[in-house]
Amino acid sequence: MRLPVLLAALVAVATCTETFVGHQVLRVIPQSDEELQKVQELQELEHLQLDFWLAPRGLGLPVDIRVPFPSVQAVKAHLEAGGVSYSIMIEDVQALLDEEQVEMLRSSRQLPLDTDTFNYEAYHTIDEIYSFMDMLVAENPNLVSKLEIGRSTEDRPLYVLKFSTGGTNRPAVWIDTGIHSREWVTQASGVWFAKKIVQDHANNEGVASILETMDIFLEIITNPDGFAFTQTKNRLWRKTRSKHSGSICVGVDPNRNWDAGFGEAGASGNPCMETYHGPYPNSEPEVKSIVDFVKSHGNIKAFVSIHSYSQLLLYPYGYTSTPVPDQQELHEVSAKAVAALSSLYGTKYKYGSIITTIYRASGGTIDWTYNQGIKYSFTFELRDTGRYGFLLPAKQIVPTAEETWLALKVIMEHARDNMY
Amino acid sequence: ELPPSHFPAARAAAVAVGYLRYLRGGPGRGLQLRELRRARRQDIDDVGHKYYLELELEDVLDKDRTVNCTAEVLYPLGSKSAAPDVQVAVQGELRSTEEADKEFYNRIRSLEKELVAENIPDSHGNIPAELEPIHLLAWVAAGYVTWQNSTENTKFHLAQVKHVKQVKRSDEDLQFDYMLLLHEMVSQEVLPWQVTVLWHPQRGARVSQ
Repeated sequence: MRLPVLLAALVAVATCTETFVGHQVLRVIPQSDEELQKVQELQELEHLQLDFWLAPRGLGLPVDIRVPFPSVQAVKAHLEAGGVSYSIMIEDVQALLDEEQVEMLRSSRQLPLDTDTFNYEAYHTIDEIYSFMDMLVAENPNLVSKLEIGRSTEDRPLYVLKFSTGGTNRPAVWIDTGIHSREWVTQASGVWFAKKIVQDHANNEGVASILETMDIFLEIITNPDGFAFTQTKNRLWRKTRSKHSGSICVGVDPNRNWDAGFGEAGASGNPCMETYHGPYPNSEPEVKSIVDFVKSHGNIKAFVSIHSYSQLLLYPYGYTSTPVPDQQELHEVSAKAVAALSSLYGTKYKYGSIITTIYRASGGTIDWTYNQGIKYSFTFELRDTGRYGFLLPAKQIVPTAEETWLALKVIMEHARDNMY
Repeated sequence: ELPPSHFPAARAAAVAVGYLRYLRGGPGRGLQLRELRRARRQDIDDVGHKYYLELELEDVLDKDRTVNCTAEVLYPLGSKSAAPDVQVAVQGELRSTEEADKEFYNRIRSLEKELVAENIPDSHGNIPAELEPIHLLAWVAAGYVTWQNSTENTKFHLAQVKHVKQVKRSDEDLQFDYMLLLHEMVSQEVLPWQVTVLWHPQRGARVSQ
């Protein structure tokens, strides 16, 4: 009605110089000529600085008056003396303005108020995801904490969410999403996973039992510079945004920069290529920060790095065709995980080692983590198989996250039940 | 015999699907691989590598039905500029697109201004309904490019239609000039490709690069 419009006008004023602290808005509905006259008298009293939102028009019609704080007593006394009844529509105009301004900003940018009103069925900006993380921590301070494990090339924070019910340096599961920035369904799934962990814990189901003995670390935006670039300049950007001397080209493939078969066949030495391995292993802060974290933690038992697309579940190696010693066990776990994933929506996945299933790739994440002794090292390639590819419709985010979560639980449970 | 989960079979299947999209695809039909059932490879001395494939295909506009297809993909030895030779046999009927083709043809012909569009799908994966046929025609074009440019070390997918512009013609064909972005899986490169597509409901699609 009229009220929000008037308030909006006041907001415009309020943002400049005036303050409306203590101002009240009174409503009078004159029932007699005498009452009407009393109200009209108020209009003459300029020193009161009254602001008539609804001017007197006739009997039975409301008169709304914004009364500055210094005049409130005087106006009320005048009305009471004349036997004119009034009601206080707004007790404190400034308080309402403050609230209104926040609401306006919220509705224009559709900022969620909490992680229950957050829209999981849409793609979000970096800031929205950072804000989600802070809300999740604030809502669940006994379960979730946010760690900064480093800074990106463009000095963005590298945040990891830690989910823990206690203990000291418990065996842990690591999950990362968004290491390749154009794979948007992965960051979006990471957000969903974070909320799911909290919900399971609250309802004492799902991963709640895993959290009794293990911690979960989740890095949702593993390549924030790349992610920002996909939002502003090039939706299909994959790499980091580092510039190494000697080339005009930007970026290193963060999944070729790890110290496992670094620089061998399966990566490019050309800085302009999408699989450029970088000048040396861990040259990228996005990679180094994880390496440092994993080494100093020392107790990670399962490591999952999430990509899209192709619908594959992969285990090491990518840099050599020599099978890993644990090949048979990893193959069996993969079969179980893929079956669980398919059970939800029938989504078909293939699985196997990187080098046999997708291509030779050197300097990859899970080859390094496996060689560090993290036996349960897996990579997912999420939906789809090429129809939309990197540009997966937002309405597939939640189904993708839901089915992937079932596979992740198989891996986490296997790690918990086969502790080493 | 090749495991279908291993990449050589998957790459050959992608070539076969690309060829099929070029041959049988259109604004009303988008063929997609449902499953690779079987794959065999034969190394032919002095000729090349030949893949024998059994595929199950679906039309994205008619997902309740599938058709089976056998394909032979021969990658020629040595010469990198020669396209693989593809033979396909589709078993069963694909859903008729006569109605949809006619409706699309008439709609485009009756446009006042030539159609122009970009970023299909957009960043969030959206495709407006009226642009879906333009997207499927891009699949036809990308299918041709895939077939012509594939080797055993590549796997192409259409990542996005960056730009498409209709060109009005004095004859009966529709003409669309596309700027396609192709994603090559092995190198992970995104390659821009300019293609012109002529299309007519009876004459089908003709693609030139």
